[in-house]
Amino acid sequence: MIIGIPAEIHADERRVAASPEVVQKLIAAGFEVIIETGAGAGASFSDDVFREAGASIGEDAESVWAADLIIKVRPPEYNNDLNRHEVDLMKKGANLISFIWPAQNKELLLQLAKKKATAMAMDSIPRISRAQKLDALSSMANIAGYRAVIEASSLFGRFFSGQITAAGKVPPAKVLVIGAGVAGLAAIGTAKSLGAIVRAFDTRPEVKDQIQSMDAEFLELEFEEDGTGEGGYAKVMSKEFIDAEMALFAEQARDVDVIITTALIPGKPAPKLITNAMVLSMKDGSVIVDLAAEQGGNCEDTVPGKVVTKYGVNIVGYTDLPSRLAAQSSQLYATNIYNLIMELCPNADGCAEIDMEDEVVRGATVVHEGEVTWPPPVIAVGAERKPSFGGQILKSSSEPEEKVEAEKSAFVKLMQGAWMPVILAGLALFGLGQVAPPSFMAHFTVFVLSCFIGYMVIWNVSPSLHTPLMSVTNAISSIIILGGLTQISAPDNLIFILAAIAVFITCINIVGGFSVTQRMLQMFRG
Amino acid sequence: MTPSLITVSYLGAAALFILALGGLKDNETARRGNMFGIVGMIIAVLVTIAAFVSNKLEILIVIMVAGGALGFVLSRRVQMTQMPELVAILHSLVGLAAVLIGFANFMDASIQFTGVEKTIHEVEVYIGIAIGALTFTGSVVAYGKLSGMLGGQPMLLPARHWLNLAMFVAVIVVAIKFVGEPDHQQAMIYLLIMTAIAMVFGVHMVAAIGGADMPVVISMLNSYSGWAAAATGFMLSNDLLIVTGALVGSSGAILSYIMCRAMNRQFISVIAGGFGTSGGGSAGSSIEGEVQTIDTAGVAELLSQAKEVMVIPGYGMATAQAQHAIADISKTLIEKGVNVRFGIHPVAGRMPGHMNVLLAEAKVPYDIVFEMDEINDDFPDIDVSIVVGANDTVNPLAQEDADSPIAGMPVLEVWKGQTTVVLKRGMAAGYAGVDNPLFVKENTRMLFGDAKESLDLLAKAI
Repeated sequence: MIIGIPAEIHADERRVAASPEVVQKLIAAGFEVIIETGAGAGASFSDDVFREAGASIGEDAESVWAADLIIKVRPPEYNNDLNRHEVDLMKKGANLISFIWPAQNKELLLQLAKKKATAMAMDSIPRISRAQKLDALSSMANIAGYRAVIEASSLFGRFFSGQITAAGKVPPAKVLVIGAGVAGLAAIGTAKSLGAIVRAFDTRPEVKDQIQSMDAEFLELEFEEDGTGEGGYAKVMSKEFIDAEMALFAEQARDVDVIITTALIPGKPAPKLITNAMVLSMKDGSVIVDLAAEQGGNCEDTVPGKVVTKYGVNIVGYTDLPSRLAAQSSQLYATNIYNLIMELCPNADGCAEIDMEDEVVRGATVVHEGEVTWPPPVIAVGAERKPSFGGQILKSSSEPEEKVEAEKSAFVKLMQGAWMPVILAGLALFGLGQVAPPSFMAHFTVFVLSCFIGYMVIWNVSPSLHTPLMSVTNAISSIIILGGLTQISAPDNLIFILAAIAVFITCINIVGGFSVTQRMLQMFRG
Repeated sequence: MTPSLITVSYLGAAALFILALGGLKDNETARRGNMFGIVGMIIAVLVTIAAFVSNKLEILIVIMVAGGALGFVLSRRVQMTQMPELVAILHSLVGLAAVLIGFANFMDASIQFTGVEKTIHEVEVYIGIAIGALTFTGSVVAYGKLSGMLGGQPMLLPARHWLNLAMFVAVIVVAIKFVGEPDHQQAMIYLLIMTAIAMVFGVHMVAAIGGADMPVVISMLNSYSGWAAAATGFMLSNDLLIVTGALVGSSGAILSYIMCRAMNRQFISVIAGGFGTSGGGSAGSSIEGEVQTIDTAGVAELLSQAKEVMVIPGYGMATAQAQHAIADISKTLIEKGVNVRFGIHPVAGRMPGHMNVLLAEAKVPYDIVFEMDEINDDFPDIDVSIVVGANDTVNPLAQEDADSPIAGMPVLEVWKGQTTVVLKRGMAAGYAGVDNPLFVKENTRMLFGDAKESLDLLAKAI
């Protein structure tokens, strides 16, 4: 099977769908690869490197588009130089793997169907753990998050990190990241490693740990509502929640130097989170990077694709951040594509088969042998999964019941947890104290305290020394020999014999236990 | 000897024992700790002899020297692979001693109590003997299983839980009769009955537990031997015994806990026994795929290209006595600049820390031997993992199949590495009776045969 990699014709697109390593691996898996001349130039992969990797170089677009399987980055579009649409360059019944955005490009799906083509959309890969290595959206989001911070720092007139220099003290920059998805987390990590103070906000409470694990501050609202929606994205929140959220942003806007917004809701325009008034309240020289610019922007003043300055604040609305890091994003994207091809071609024999039973393949396939197969049937992941996509999910009226449930379970937890044994032990001790004589209680005190000492000491023992621990505890538990020794002088012969045997066997144990421990510990000298 | 002097000596001995255990926190302080333990024991024994032994001193010395000599010879002769057996048999001696001392104490007419104190003393005697008896027979059975004299399969009597419960109830009923019995002869009979029941209980309990649960059993018996000593201490009103018994008892209990956690199992279900027989067959995920074999030359080739090598030893390494061969291989590789590490699952082998001792014996430097938690995240960077006689501890089903009997057990994630070489005698399932899909993963190669022979050949090949 021949794989064709055309050059991207979309304005300012520098990425390419293959890297030299991936080309090499595809050839090893039995495929032939043809790549359009200059396709890798934007990503600093020359034709020569591709040729070295084993690909043949196609001198024009037509020869590459004639391949059996086309892999590319952007969805096919009208080629002005050739006066033809890219889909029309494809063979009848050929395959295509690229970003397709089927929801926005229904026309394109029909065009592909007319060609009897099979098309897989990298943006429609189901977001399940098995498919992570195919997840190009995450790869690209990661890059966008990184690049967003780099763009911000190049526009921001100061250091990100705080410094104390001979010329005075420099405070660290404060960065607010809104939305802690893949891009948000990448932005947090990058800003953090530049030395900034990073705060982050997300409507989904479960990301709190991830944010805190990156040493950033998680901003919380005094308001309880879970924003977790379909497929790991956020959902539309209630009006009260949004009011509280906006108040928080307004307060933060006055304080921070850089805001990076990444808030997206599937199938909806991006929510407007940073208002005109908030931009006005920001310090001069501050920077806003709006990663949602393509979907309309999270900031009211964002101009998609441009950097604008308003009230002294730079607002970055680039929609091509991954393409601005072309070598990196091409490499990751190519690997994602390679992994998808290998899903289709498990035997590495140069043939790709579309298995519509496979949920990952099914999800990604938007046109199959001339039929539009988008949207895919909903996969039943859990009983709770709701069929609606991105719709507002209202809190049900059963809330009070839930609360009672929660309180009850908290009580049960309390009883099952740390307190139950403590209460029982307390009662048992009280009972014992009622009847036991003082001499017993003295020994009992020693016993209980020794258990605690044992507990503290043993947890500190290195796991590699557990065997010596067992043999040494064996030796010292033979302290029971004292019982034999105190009885051996008894006049009664039977007692003497019992005591003598006890002394004999415990002596075996004492000497044997200590000696074998010593022997083992010598070995651990290393 | 004044009573205060005795108390002070015992206090000193107790402190030295605590230091002995505390010393085991790392290899450097461990030997000094062991010396503390020995000194503590000598002080305790000498002071007790000076204070309590009024006649028959010569006989006593002969007995002690004979016992000590026997113990010394045992400890020098034992193979490191036999450590679990040795530990088991030594546990049984502590249990037996507790029984003997309990009886001797009960027969001693010079010890007289009245009222509540009498009842408490009798309960102490009773408990001391009970724990001692069950530790004794339980350890003997454990010894039999570990040394191969008894089969490793769990012995599962029908209605075994009811049997256990019946015996437990019987012990309590006899206890009530015993405490209420004014006649010394009759009370003695009750005590003997209970001892017999406790001994049967010990046999039955350990017999029902299978081979790979032995780490838990050994630690549990370790714990019991401590509680037996503590109960004896109550009986004799001796604080040193109480302190030591409590230390040993909690040590064994913690080890049991660690072992259970490493298998993701409830302590009670291990003790109830019969793992892998009830519902184990329902795993249902018989594995599909081709096993890919490799020969020693192939492994040598793999290793010659590797930069990061991880060795995962299991009980199979101990049975094949392959620790020296693997140590030689790792030494050669390290000299070639390969980063060789050992990853130890907490329940690898038949007792806690078993693998560490074997590797130490083979002079593997301990700074390249790691616990599971320390290295489990590193597997993606590993070029070659060598699994020597381990099975369940590297089974991906524990993570992938929620219905598997070993579901949720923490395992070494070898399959995330580049290549895994598994040394194994045949395709038999591991102890848990679960097939291991690791063996058919596309990055796994099987090297069949005796681990020691294969490794010796491999050592020559590289």
